[in-house]
Amino acid sequence: MIITKQKELNDLLNRLGNGPVFIVGCSECATVCHTGGEKEVLAMKDILEKKNIHVVGWIVLDPACNLNNDKRLLKSYMKELDKADKVLVLACGSGIQTLSEILDKDVVAGTDTLFLGEIKRANEFEKRCAACGVCEQDFFEGFCPISRCPKSMLNGPCGGSVNGKCEVNQDMDCVWSKIFDRLKNKRRLNKLKEIVEPKDWSNSVCMDRRI
Amino acid sequence: MKYRSNLENVLSEKGFAVTAEIGPPKGSNPDKIREKGKMLRGCADAFNVTDNQTAVVRMSSMAGCCILIGMGLEPVMQMACRDRNRIALQSDVLGAAAIGVRNILCVTGDHQSFGNHPGSKGVYDLDSIQLIQIIKNMRDKGVFQSDDKISFGNPEVFIGAAANPFADPCELMVDHLEKKIVAGAEFIQTQSVFNLDKFVSWMDEVRSRGLDKRVHIIAGVTPLKSLKMAERMKFHVPGVDVPDNIFNRIKNSKDPMREGYAISLELIDEIKKIKGIHGLHITALFWESIIPSLVKESGIYPRI
Repeated sequence: MIITKQKELNDLLNRLGNGPVFIVGCSECATVCHTGGEKEVLAMKDILEKKNIHVVGWIVLDPACNLNNDKRLLKSYMKELDKADKVLVLACGSGIQTLSEILDKDVVAGTDTLFLGEIKRANEFEKRCAACGVCEQDFFEGFCPISRCPKSMLNGPCGGSVNGKCEVNQDMDCVWSKIFDRLKNKRRLNKLKEIVEPKDWSNSVCMDRRI
Repeated sequence: MKYRSNLENVLSEKGFAVTAEIGPPKGSNPDKIREKGKMLRGCADAFNVTDNQTAVVRMSSMAGCCILIGMGLEPVMQMACRDRNRIALQSDVLGAAAIGVRNILCVTGDHQSFGNHPGSKGVYDLDSIQLIQIIKNMRDKGVFQSDDKISFGNPEVFIGAAANPFADPCELMVDHLEKKIVAGAEFIQTQSVFNLDKFVSWMDEVRSRGLDKRVHIIAGVTPLKSLKMAERMKFHVPGVDVPDNIFNRIKNSKDPMREGYAISLELIDEIKKIKGIHGLHITALFWESIIPSLVKESGIYPRI
C-alpha cells in the first residue's frame, strides 16, 4: 500500500488560488489512507466551497494511477474539466502524475506520499518497503532493514536503540531488535556473524518495466 | 616497515596506547586545530579527527588530519558512512593515504536528524562493517568494492572501528565486535565508559571468546564538564549509559567540573586494571584543555 497524507489546508488553498477546481480521488490506497476516497473528496469539496472556491466537479478514479482507465473514466467529465482552472488530485505521487499526463491543466498535488507500508490497524500505517529493486528480506528473517532502519544497516544494529525502540523514532520498533528476537527464538543467532556485502543498488535506478 | 602507524606500533609493542579526540571547528580557521594540537602534543599517541560528529557540519576530517600531519602529529581519520557513498568513501581513503593519514576509524555515523541539517538526505550506502572490509581489501588485495583494481598504490592504513558495550540488545554486542574484527578492524575504540560494571562484564565476554587477542581494544573516557553535559549524555545521546550513581555525584556536587574530573580519574584507574584493555581514548567534548592534567595525573604521560 502506498501511504499518503493530505497536505495542510492552508498550503492547498495557496496553491489552488480562486479556482475553479475539479477534484480527483483514488479508490485504492488513498481511500484506505483516508486521503482521497469519496468521503475525503466530498469533504474537500465542502471545505473549498465554504472558502468560496467553486468546485466544478469531482471523480474518484479506480485507481488514479491507471492511465488508460483514467482517460476512459474522465471522458464524461470533459465539460466540467474544461471549466476548471486547477485539478486537485488526492492520490499518491504516481496517481497525480497520471493526471498530469492526461490533462493540460494545472494539476495540484493534494497529498504527500510517505512510503510503501503496512496497515497496522485502522488509521495506523508503518513503512515496510523502500522499493530498492532486490528483495533481501529472506536473509533477515522476513524483516527489511533497508526500509525499516533509518540507516539501512545490513550488518546489525547501530547501537542507539533503547528498549527495542529506534533512536530516530521512539514510536517505531528497532528492526534489528525484531530480527534478533526472531533469530534467537529459532536458535539461529549464528547467522548474524555472516558479513552482509554492500548492496547492489543497480536495480533501484530501474525506471520502467514491460512484460 | 613493520608498522603502518605510530598507533599500531605503540599498541603492538607496548600494549597500551592513548588517543585523544580533536573535534574540527565549525569554520575554516585552521588555527583552531593547531591550538588543540599544540595543547595536546605529547598527551596521546594519535589524535582522532571526527567526521561531522553528531551530524553537525564542521571542517572535514581529512583537512583536520592534514593540518595535524603538518605539525608532526599523527591523526586517526574518522570516516562516517552517513554522508558519502562507496565511490566518495573509497576516493577519500586513497586521498587520505596520499596525504599521510595512516589510521582510519570507520563508523556508520550519527543520524542526520540529530544534527544541524535535519532536512538533509542520509546516504548510508555502506555500514561501518562494510567500509572496514572495503578498506582492508583496498589495502591488502589492491581492489575496490567493485573488484576493479587499484592502479597506483594501495592505501597503507591501520584500520579501526567503534564498539558500544552498552547498546541494546546487549547479547548481540560482542557478536557485533567479532564481526568488525572479521571484517578487518585492527583496533577498537569503545563508547565512553561510565557504567563500569557493564563494561567489565562486556570485557569478560570479549576475553572468554579470545577477541582481545585478535584486536586492540581502547576504552573511551569522557570527562563530564557540567551537570548540563551529564544530563545530555544520560538522557539525550543515544547509546551512552551514564548510571545513576555517577549522575548523582555530578548533580549533588557543589563543583560539578571538579567532580567530573575526579570521576574520570577513578574510571581511568579502574579501566587500566581490566585485562585485555590496550589503551584509552579520551573524548573531552568542548573540554580538550583538561586532557593534559588528566593524562599526567593518571600516570600515562608522556606518550613519547
